[in-house]
Amino acid sequence: MRRFATEKVKKLILGSFLSTRSPAPSSQLCSSSAAAAASAMGPTQSPPVTFDSINPKVLKLLLYTCTLLLFIIQVLKCEYAVRGEIVSHAQRLQQELQTKPGSRPFDEILYCNIGNPQSLGQQPITFFREVLALCDHPSILDKSETHALFSADAIARAWQILDLIPGRAGGAYSHSQGIKGLRDAIAAGIAARDGFPANADDIFLTDGASPAVHMMMQLLIRSEKDGILCPIPQYPLYSASIALHGGSLVPYYLNEATGWGLEVSEVKKQLEDARSKGIAVRAIAVINPGNPTGQVLAEENQREIVEFCKKEGLVLLADEVYQENIYVDNKKFNSFKKIARSMGYGEKDISLVSFQSVSKGYHGECGKRGGYMEVTGFSADVREQIYKVASVNLCSNISGQILASLVMNPPKVGDESYESFIAEKNGILSSLARRAKALEDAFNSLEGVTCNKAEGAMYLFPRLHLPQKAIEAAKAANVAPDAFYARRLLDATGIVVVPGSGFGQVPGTWHFRCTILPQEDKIPAIISRLKAFHESFMEEFHD
Amino acid sequence: MTPKPLDYESLNENVKKVAYAVRGELYLRAAELQKEGKKIIFTNVGNPHALGQKPLTFPRQVVALCQAPFLLDDPNVGLLFPADAISRARHYLSMTSGGLGAYSDSRGLPGIRKEVADFIGKRDGYPSDPELIFLTDGASKGVMQILNTIIRDENDGILVPVPQYPLYSATISLYGGSLVPYFLEEEANWGLDFYNIRQSVAAARSRGITVRAMVIINPGNPTGQCLSEANIRELLEFCFQENLVLLADEVYQQNIYQDERPFVSARKILFDMGPPMSKEVQLVSFHTVSKGYWGECGQRGGYFEMTNLPSQTVDEIYKVASISLSPNVPGQIFLGLMVNPPKPGDISYLKFVQESKAVLESLRRRAQIMTDGFNSCRNVVCNFTEGAMYSFPQIRLPPKAIEAARKAGKAPDVFYCLGLLEATGISTVPGSGFGQKEGVLHLRTTILPAEEDMPAIMASFRKFNDEFMEQYENCRGYSRM
Repeated sequence: MRRFATEKVKKLILGSFLSTRSPAPSSQLCSSSAAAAASAMGPTQSPPVTFDSINPKVLKLLLYTCTLLLFIIQVLKCEYAVRGEIVSHAQRLQQELQTKPGSRPFDEILYCNIGNPQSLGQQPITFFREVLALCDHPSILDKSETHALFSADAIARAWQILDLIPGRAGGAYSHSQGIKGLRDAIAAGIAARDGFPANADDIFLTDGASPAVHMMMQLLIRSEKDGILCPIPQYPLYSASIALHGGSLVPYYLNEATGWGLEVSEVKKQLEDARSKGIAVRAIAVINPGNPTGQVLAEENQREIVEFCKKEGLVLLADEVYQENIYVDNKKFNSFKKIARSMGYGEKDISLVSFQSVSKGYHGECGKRGGYMEVTGFSADVREQIYKVASVNLCSNISGQILASLVMNPPKVGDESYESFIAEKNGILSSLARRAKALEDAFNSLEGVTCNKAEGAMYLFPRLHLPQKAIEAAKAANVAPDAFYARRLLDATGIVVVPGSGFGQVPGTWHFRCTILPQEDKIPAIISRLKAFHESFMEEFHD
Repeated sequence: MTPKPLDYESLNENVKKVAYAVRGELYLRAAELQKEGKKIIFTNVGNPHALGQKPLTFPRQVVALCQAPFLLDDPNVGLLFPADAISRARHYLSMTSGGLGAYSDSRGLPGIRKEVADFIGKRDGYPSDPELIFLTDGASKGVMQILNTIIRDENDGILVPVPQYPLYSATISLYGGSLVPYFLEEEANWGLDFYNIRQSVAAARSRGITVRAMVIINPGNPTGQCLSEANIRELLEFCFQENLVLLADEVYQQNIYQDERPFVSARKILFDMGPPMSKEVQLVSFHTVSKGYWGECGQRGGYFEMTNLPSQTVDEIYKVASISLSPNVPGQIFLGLMVNPPKPGDISYLKFVQESKAVLESLRRRAQIMTDGFNSCRNVVCNFTEGAMYSFPQIRLPPKAIEAARKAGKAPDVFYCLGLLEATGISTVPGSGFGQKEGVLHLRTTILPAEEDMPAIMASFRKFNDEFMEQYENCRGYSRM
């Protein structure tokens, strides 16, 4: 691929000397998967990128430079694009609704494409925001008026947190792993959750979980010969990060027929296949609860995975950001660390990284960029390297660090704010569970649509069994069938979903991802509009 | 037995090549000593609040209200928050769709990017396009994103000043590029030497390196020099001739301690120069809420502004930005407040100005105190800190000291700095962390310790230094004062 880049440079330079514009290969970055991944990321305002219109500028004196910034090949391959046609189109429609109300068969755009709860009306947890506000402006803690505006335990917690910060200076860079006292609190929260000890030194607080994932990819990937096992379907951060760091994605397919089951036999098959092609498979990413698939792994399944990683010498990258989003009684969240430790496996047996975030759960604080990774089972000199990379950025934002410690250490029974906290938390989670069920039932009621249960996370990933006519129409329009369906859905109802190709799917199958996040009172209207659209779509394209 | 994937041997080599001395050996030793109970004065990183500088009141009020919007509806809110903070909080909340807890546009909230564009327009006298301004979790993330976009492989070279802030060297290592050094002239007040720069470029090219970009830090870090308009003009002409994109790190633009050379942005000079340069030279400018008189390092707020980049390039940079979803929203609001502070007539204006001036005037005094203090020490010469937050004295170690360092297995400046740390608790960063000419040694310290502590700190330094020099030399030392 590097050769490709150099060839392109040579062409551009040669072209400029010949005074012709050399046609660079068209690298249409809006492939369906890129588009889908883009839509998963949220609103965009830019038109699609094409490569042929980049301006090569004429060199004045020397042969071998080009004035424009050329892109590394990794950047080109990385398809976590924000130019999703679906979302761009949704934004255009939104503009239209404002300038020409009544021009469409719907009043508003409903963004069901991105896991961004508070943008759709979910309220933040009051206690958390009280503490954060006080930590942001500690000079009011001394004032008597503050007691009229804030709960006593929020004030107490703010004092306690500020005492953990040297000089109570929340505006100072902290230790590069995050404030020690906050890491202690998080470690205590992890231990309370799992029943196994956790160490503050194993925790790296980051600006959201995503930067932590990038850090691990950076460490693990040396070249395109290094492979990372990823579930298909997957959250496209993984595919994008692997591409950006120049590695190879080794897919393992989740089994839709068994509720998106993770079969170790499938993983093993893919691992061996990759190895036979000369790929050194370094790690496996497991998202539990799953995104976009929403399954919660059974304990037995998790044990198999741990055993497999130990045997094959794979780092287990456990994306556990949806650990608080469980909607079924027959499953519960178990961290991979808990499972490994309960199997008697310690630091020497398995290298394990667990990612957690403040963006999901019941707190949904996406815009704060708070999260951490807990890294266990590797040597001191490797830990030093992780620290070193973290230190170049100095530290993650302090407010996000504080929030992570609150999430892992919320109000307890007996605290003044406990009752209102638990009411808010349970209110949000039970509503999410109801919305998950309502939308799942709705999808399953549609002709030619099957939808696995959302046991957890924030998404439904229904499968479209599209009639042949629809598939042909999509082909004629030069889009993937799921993108074709999603676009029609948007145009008819204002509902924005992400075509399944953005997440990966078994070839020849079509899906889309829809969040369960619109407020509960909007759900009936969404369902009825969806049904009406689907019926007319199937009517139009029935065989 | 196959090595495990996370064994040291099988880590990405580029990661191993990274060095970031600011939080390196000296800092780690200082942290150890602190744990043992020793009083440490951390002057290793530009972290004002950690050394007692107070946050400005108005921004903290606004962000606290944004964190807890339910306060805005409380009848008692006026008891604790002035009306202009309340209305500003509403203003920023209205820019979001869902408050601080929702991901914003990956480039940052459009409303805040517009405020940044307005600030740049007023500062420079040329309009700025919000679409070409991307907010980031601190300026460092922006620098890393841009370097990641430029560097394809080890044949891509980035011109970096020596001495430099090691974010640049670390990032170039991490992304597998080549650092092409250009030396700043210490005797000429850390000035630019274009003959030397041209030589560097030629040498790199002869080794097959394609030099793609040039980094300029103005005001300088660690060196503190403020560039003149003529300097910047020369730089831009150079970039034009050599087809380089100029990466202008301007995070210290508010930290100016002399009046001869106020801050002028590279962008302003570029546009002053008119076409063809103003339309051709590619420029990326960086700024932050971490420095200046704000010092809000922990918020991680920053931005970069792109000039003369083709729209497809901008799109690609947007794409990479989107992988990080969005910069943190509170940090964005701090940035908005920084570029759009209280105005005359606002309730909070007087207090804001008073707080700001106090910080800047004190920094100016401390810059002088430190420079003079270092110059009064034996074998130490120190250029004046014209801007930024650091002092970078040259330490002329006697041969016997260098020998002792070698015996201890340490670079001479590391040896000196460790000695300084053990004796006085002052935690500095050895000059080797920033780059320096062969055999010329320095250390970097910040000018951030509280003004009232400065005399004692400088006295403590002088005592250690003069005793150290006494110990290791027989002849008279050199002192500038």
